[in-house]
Amino acid sequence: MTGTGLALTWRKIPERYNLLGSHCDNCGENFFPIRNICPNCRRKGRMGGTKFSGKGVIYSHTFVTSPPTGFELEAPYAIAIVQLAEGPKLTAQIVDGDYEKVKIGAPVEMVFRKIQEDGKEGLIHYGFKFKLI
Amino acid sequence: MNGKTVGIVGYGSYVPKFRIDAEEITRIWGEEAKRVKEGLGIQEKSVPDIDEDAATLAVEAARNAVKHAGIDSKEIGALYVGSESHPYAVKPTATIVAEAIGATPNLTAVDMEFACKAGTAAIQCCMGMCVAGMFKYGMAIGSDTSQGRPGDALEYSAGAGAAAFIIGTENLVAEIEATCSFTTDTPDFWRRPGADFPSHGGRFTGEPAYFKHVISASKMLIEKTGVKPAELDYAVFHQPNGKFPLQAAKMLGIPAEKVKQGLITPYIGNTYSAASLLGLNSVLDVAKPGERILMTSFGSGAGSDAFLIRVLDGIEKKRGRARSLQSYVDEKEYVEYGVYVKHRRKLKSL
Repeated sequence: MTGTGLALTWRKIPERYNLLGSHCDNCGENFFPIRNICPNCRRKGRMGGTKFSGKGVIYSHTFVTSPPTGFELEAPYAIAIVQLAEGPKLTAQIVDGDYEKVKIGAPVEMVFRKIQEDGKEGLIHYGFKFKLI
Repeated sequence: MNGKTVGIVGYGSYVPKFRIDAEEITRIWGEEAKRVKEGLGIQEKSVPDIDEDAATLAVEAARNAVKHAGIDSKEIGALYVGSESHPYAVKPTATIVAEAIGATPNLTAVDMEFACKAGTAAIQCCMGMCVAGMFKYGMAIGSDTSQGRPGDALEYSAGAGAAAFIIGTENLVAEIEATCSFTTDTPDFWRRPGADFPSHGGRFTGEPAYFKHVISASKMLIEKTGVKPAELDYAVFHQPNGKFPLQAAKMLGIPAEKVKQGLITPYIGNTYSAASLLGLNSVLDVAKPGERILMTSFGSGAGSDAFLIRVLDGIEKKRGRARSLQSYVDEKEYVEYGVYVKHRRKLKSL
């Protein structure tokens, strides 16, 4: 079986493994995922790469009890919009249980986990999730 | 070694949060909890989360090691991951780890396998290459999410954990004064390709396998270096259960008190490739400069790598930079057998 979306997964590795994003030297704003053009400054923008610390807080959250295909074993699980310490927001799974403590404003940090497996013979996709600290 | 100082620049560990109590396993198989706990010297073992495997454990340990060492990951010239539960049969765990710590692309990386001792073999490779001046730092990792057949004695012990060591010739927290190995073809434990669980020789895994190799390698190192067992402050042995390391120490004339700090299998189970390395990690977390440590690993099939380690002054200033092993051991949540079966995907339909 050949994998699907191999190139997409491969392109996302810097973002998914190491939270690499973009920083505009002109307006100072940080972006995740990586952007080539600053939406604030347009042609005046000076975009460069930046690595986020992996620390953040829960901005909003929900619990998934009817999971999509491939996530059946993990349900029920928490999904949150995490606001990184450097500003950008991203969506990620919250791991390691303690779901009663998953609340808006709760501090979290990045961990490295399996995101998805393409069946028993396909690719394993790894990347960031977050845990409460 | 060969006139050059080589040793540990930094180290890090990781243990998953979930635990299963040995008593919970005895409940399923109708065994007597007290007899099992005392017989194996194991109270509980670590259980990985559903989305954890040997690669994710290795990444967490490696990130802690980089933090502890305070080095630039780009200076790592070799990265070796020892495991018997690599997520892929073909495709290296080492590349995943190297990418996740930002060490790519200018390094060599490879996966190693030698039952429970691939991690210490990786340290030896890094030592040789650092002494040869091939690169500044090498990273050796032992990581496993080990498997035990349901109902087998291994089910009480097979845990999950990872330890990463950064090896180099300067900025050291501990010097590796000497190392040697003892290797034979001994069929005590194996897993064939495609098999879900390992097979083992029961009692045969003790005397002709674990003890013969651990004792021979340790004695060889003691003879080679002239160190007396009384001069050792700590001894760390591969720990398939809570009992074998204490018996090995007794056979070598090392008192049990010197083994306890490095004996963590009773609390997290046998972490296979990480077992002796996590024991060393635990010792280094408390050891004082000048203290000397004997560490001897064991891998079925079979072989042992023995190391004589001297703690250096540099250890003090790096303390507290990364999470301690004890903090991982203490952070735990118990699961029932059913949840454990789901986590380890022990049902064919999972």
